[in-house]
Amino acid sequence: MTPNDLDFEGWVCPAPLRDTPAIVMGHGGGGAMSGELIEQLFLPAFGSAARADLGDSALVTVDGARLAFSTDSFVVKPMFFPGGSIGDLAVNGTVNDLAMVGATPLFLSTAFILAEGTELAEIGRVATAIGKAAEAAGVQLVTGDTKVVDSGSGDGVYVNTAGIGVVPAGVDINPTRATVGDAVLVSGDIGVHGIAVMSCREGLEFGTTVVSDTAPLHGLVADMLATGADVHVLRDPTRGGVAATLNEIARASRVGIELVEADLPVPETVRDACGLLGLDPLQVANEGKLLAIVPADRAEEVLDAMRRHPLGQGARRIGSCVADHPRMVVARTGLGGTRVVDLPIGEQLPRIC
Amino acid sequence: MKYLDEFSNPELARKLLDQIHAATTQPWAMMEVCGGQTHSIIRHGIDQLLPEGVEMIHGPGCPVCVTPLEIIDKALAIAERPEVIFCSFGDMLRVPGSQKDLFTIKSQGGDVRVVYSPLDALKLARENPDREVVFFGIGFETTAPANAMTVYQAKRLNVPNFSLLVSHVLVPPAIAAIMESPTCRVQAFLAAGHVCSVMGTAEYPPLTEKYQVPIVVTGFEPLDILEGIRRTVVQLEAGRHELENAYPRAVRAEGNPAAMEMLRDVFEVTDRSWRGIGMIPGSGWKLSERYADFDAEQRFQVTDIHTDESPICRSGEVLQGLIKPHECAAFGKECTPRNPLGATMVSSEGACAAYYTYRRLELVEAR
Repeated sequence: MTPNDLDFEGWVCPAPLRDTPAIVMGHGGGGAMSGELIEQLFLPAFGSAARADLGDSALVTVDGARLAFSTDSFVVKPMFFPGGSIGDLAVNGTVNDLAMVGATPLFLSTAFILAEGTELAEIGRVATAIGKAAEAAGVQLVTGDTKVVDSGSGDGVYVNTAGIGVVPAGVDINPTRATVGDAVLVSGDIGVHGIAVMSCREGLEFGTTVVSDTAPLHGLVADMLATGADVHVLRDPTRGGVAATLNEIARASRVGIELVEADLPVPETVRDACGLLGLDPLQVANEGKLLAIVPADRAEEVLDAMRRHPLGQGARRIGSCVADHPRMVVARTGLGGTRVVDLPIGEQLPRIC
Repeated sequence: MKYLDEFSNPELARKLLDQIHAATTQPWAMMEVCGGQTHSIIRHGIDQLLPEGVEMIHGPGCPVCVTPLEIIDKALAIAERPEVIFCSFGDMLRVPGSQKDLFTIKSQGGDVRVVYSPLDALKLARENPDREVVFFGIGFETTAPANAMTVYQAKRLNVPNFSLLVSHVLVPPAIAAIMESPTCRVQAFLAAGHVCSVMGTAEYPPLTEKYQVPIVVTGFEPLDILEGIRRTVVQLEAGRHELENAYPRAVRAEGNPAAMEMLRDVFEVTDRSWRGIGMIPGSGWKLSERYADFDAEQRFQVTDIHTDESPICRSGEVLQGLIKPHECAAFGKECTPRNPLGATMVSSEGACAAYYTYRRLELVEAR
């Protein structure tokens, strides 16, 4: 099947991709539009060659060994932000995608797309950050590639990384396993990375003390698995934030998810910045946090293990999987009302008032 | 911000809710004017906690929602031009014109940028003297002073490559238009607190008198809104119709004189179309003669662009509380948050968009 054979008329309401005949920024936002692009264009076009269960990592078995395989591209602007850089994200992003299926990350590839005219010193800073992050995460950089594009075709430095890890026997973590009654846990403060990056973006500069939470999470995951609890789902809520990730889990597992807003760990600085910009902290990106869905009777034990790890000190339970409103995420507000926590459509946009 | 946390305290909210329940003996329909208030009501689920029969009608006070299609089309025509850097508040980018939105223009190579303040756009103009920098100046009396200040500065600093595409709208004429409607169901208004912090409250007593409706100036945090509702219910139950200020920490009767003086200098009153409602006489501002050189509509000659609103959209009736969003035939079919036909589906603060989200929950629960 070629792209010309695609049935554009077959795309259905309420959110037809045909509304936008070209790529817009929202297609990369990790929300509903990203999902449509994959489900309605890539997968049909790939045809029978596609074998993707659409998790953060693919699980493949090679000669009896269970391997996790994942790839991620990084185009963040600005390249350097409070608490990290595109280099840190490039390593930690892929490491975390592997960690979210319970894998121990082992090897990464790094590919650079560089714009003509980019200062070597900048590329050096990115590369150094990649090296340090890989060392900290205990992964080896085993292959790579470099391409240069005309000035104007690209923008500074784009990085792609792919990674391979091994999954221990008996571990079965995937987004379809959330079950009614399960507890929803988060490893710490949410919204921090997105606000840190936004605070230094052109046109939006504002003073804040927030620094990105970018970090490799496989050590934390290993400690959680060491409790012996049957961890059903793990996800790192990056683009689209906790809202997008929980919506994806609710849909994949066909359960409802109920959050208790008063229990959400939103730091004051993030809440204030979100108030100022008109953003929902639940939709703001994280780079060093994970969401875990575990059987309720093991939740306290898993939380204890998380809190003993440096990256999980702020871990807490934020909600439950429920039989009501399957495939939807609903938050109980501080005042006792409820609101639907929807999948963000495209990009997060600061509101006018 | 500790000062804000105090205004969402659940225990105090419960007390206010108890007082509202105790005061209510019959159904009342009141309109919160401002989109920020609608957002807060839905965000905190306040409408679900009110006595049965106390109905919040979501008003036309979302600036994104009411900006007419025609102005969006003008914005798109300007943003498309290669010499232009088009600056806007973020949430205008996804508001569709008749053919496309600013995101699409951006994807086609247009230089569209999100700024947080119009003064940032002026800064861009000074940094890029060989480009034309246009700011999309929309909104109510709240956003107008900053836009006025920017044009004032552009003139004072002689920045000829800056201009403003103006579509400012005003609250009091909209309240009058809603009350004039023969089918109006609104019995009271929560006035928009931040509009009043700029303009003061002098414009409202004539409205309470003429239309015999209580108007309570109300803030945006949960306790502010509950206090506004409480005072409104008390007035309605007592048969009174007065102006009250339930947001004194931000609103003084005389408003902000410095801002008002700047507004009088830079803008003058004009007729404005409201998306989904239609033309309301004297309901907007345009640049005054003194600043006409900075009018982007004139500079880029887009005054001839005329666009009609969707004929099937019934958002005008939704805004007046005459129909519920799902009673419109286009709701959830031709008209969704992704592909909105009218004001109320455009922004997440709009009634149709909010209902689209909530209705889904109700439908699931009904199964």
